[in-house]
Amino acid sequence: MRDSALFDYACRLGDDSLILGQRLSEWCGHAPMLEIDLSLANVGLDLIGQATHFLKLAGEAEGEGRDADALAFHRDVLDYKNCLLVEQPNGDFAQTIARQFLFSNYQELLFRELCASKNVTIAAIAAKAVKEVAYHVRLANEWMVRLGDGTAESRARMIAGLEWVWRFGEELFDVDAVTEALIASGVAVDVRQLKPEWDGRVAKVLAEASLEPPKPRRGAKGGREGHHSEHLGHLLSEMQFLQRAYPGAQW
Amino acid sequence: MTKSWPLWEVFIRAKNGLSHRHAGSVHAADAKMALEAARDTYTRRMEGVSLWVVPSAQIVASDPSDSGPLFEPAADKVYRHPTFYKIPEGVKNI
Repeated sequence: MRDSALFDYACRLGDDSLILGQRLSEWCGHAPMLEIDLSLANVGLDLIGQATHFLKLAGEAEGEGRDADALAFHRDVLDYKNCLLVEQPNGDFAQTIARQFLFSNYQELLFRELCASKNVTIAAIAAKAVKEVAYHVRLANEWMVRLGDGTAESRARMIAGLEWVWRFGEELFDVDAVTEALIASGVAVDVRQLKPEWDGRVAKVLAEASLEPPKPRRGAKGGREGHHSEHLGHLLSEMQFLQRAYPGAQW
Repeated sequence: MTKSWPLWEVFIRAKNGLSHRHAGSVHAADAKMALEAARDTYTRRMEGVSLWVVPSAQIVASDPSDSGPLFEPAADKVYRHPTFYKIPEGVKNI
């Protein structure tokens, strides 16, 4: 393999976006209101667009002729390197928003820093995506406040949704040997340094939504090494079905 | 759906210098969310540079049954169109 660290890093970035984009697309036609249907699908499409660029880069780093589609549709669950947060089921609308809230706030900080990556392709993808993600943050933050500080039912659902996704936040800020090396060479971002700012953003919105932060729990981790929850396999079986059944099919 | 969010009318400015034009409507619980719904619904293909949303309930409309007295008197007053003047030679823009 030409550059295995870059391959891993680009896969992690791309898989986060791809899996969350796929999750959001599951809402299409099912959201509580037509307007929400459109906004969730828009966010999903932004994310899938990012994934296309990152996975293309991963394929080039690997140097074995795999393009973004090959990586998206012909990798098995153990080869996916997304964080556990993005593969969590949609649940109800509140749980979906809670997941988006934690993730988009992380992704905006990450992409803001990646704009200065020494890898020019990563820097270019991040520069384009950071504006999209700024909007995702705005959307998720607004909904956190409206559901948290809304009716008795919306509040109860949001408390439950936040409780579900909370344990997956820690993994976003983990650094391992792959990222250590790339941080040293200026390609990757040291996400540990972004944690205080993320904590501050999350706390501010929760306060505005009059929500208590859930009790700290041991973080669930393993996604970056390919150890996933049971949910990812089901997601992939649906997402990959067509290309598995009819390899190379085009439209 | 028994209970629905209020309706908002959406106006888009296509580019600077043009006026906002009515594009359609969205449902939203409040003004901020109406702007976001309008952005997601009506500006996905670079349709605009500025958005207005207005509660539909705030629009005061003329009564269709009044259209006779309101609009028909203008029909036989073609002289109100500025087409009866000769443009002096040498004037390029008027």
